[in-house]
Amino acid sequence: MKFAIQVNEGPYQHQASDTAFQFAKAAIENGHEIMRVFFYHDGVNNASSFTLPPQDDRHVVNNWASLNIKDADGEPELVVCVAAALRRGMLDESEASKNSIEGNNLHPAFRISGLGQLIEAGIQSDRLVVFGD
Amino acid sequence: MATKKFMYLNRRSSFGTVYAIESLEVVLIAAAFEQDVSLAFMDDGVYQIVEGQNTDGIGMKNFSKTFHALGDYDINKLYVSKESLEERGLSESDLMPLVYEDEDDDWAEKSSVKVVTNEELKAIMSEQDVCLSF
Repeated sequence: MKFAIQVNEGPYQHQASDTAFQFAKAAIENGHEIMRVFFYHDGVNNASSFTLPPQDDRHVVNNWASLNIKDADGEPELVVCVAAALRRGMLDESEASKNSIEGNNLHPAFRISGLGQLIEAGIQSDRLVVFGD
Repeated sequence: MATKKFMYLNRRSSFGTVYAIESLEVVLIAAAFEQDVSLAFMDDGVYQIVEGQNTDGIGMKNFSKTFHALGDYDINKLYVSKESLEERGLSESDLMPLVYEDEDDDWAEKSSVKVVTNEELKAIMSEQDVCLSF
């Protein structure tokens, strides 16, 4: 089955991202496809390359990156909503330079795009599964 | 592109958390995809479409007026839980008069809001292809 996933909560504060990750991992291991993971609301914080958990804890951001979810052209399909990201200080190189901000924190396994990608995922997948409250 | 039935389920009030406004942002984007869109309001979500919201004292954007634009985007199925209204001492007359113009009926102005029981809402939800919960 072709799944799309939406993650609505940030890492560590809330279990939604961990559960979504476990779901995605299990789905892939069982031969299903995860066509896209869309991060919205505080979920955009799951993409921060500045994340540094203590060594004895799971690394939520690296966990997502380890799934290697990409399209046929090798583009990341871990997609972060642009509006939600910018208002929360989550920037890739292009958004940072566009806004004259030094530094950027989007992990390279992720990409920033618009909400249309969420709707498209809902249309193209067999199931869109939402993780959050 | 295939047409699917999308429902946006709103369960939280307008302010206090970001879910309500960011849900509305998704709905407005979704309008461009020509899908069959409906919205449901239950639990504290019913407060999102209460008439007379005023954010002057809290420094936040009053986005409630945006709901009036939905009719122009052909989004005219807004289901509101009867039980959730009653639990909060509200009735349909407390809600914003959200309308659309029915092109199949000489552009007559009609209400987009429909108060339904949770049992009816359950049946409507089960007909959906995609349900996004906020």
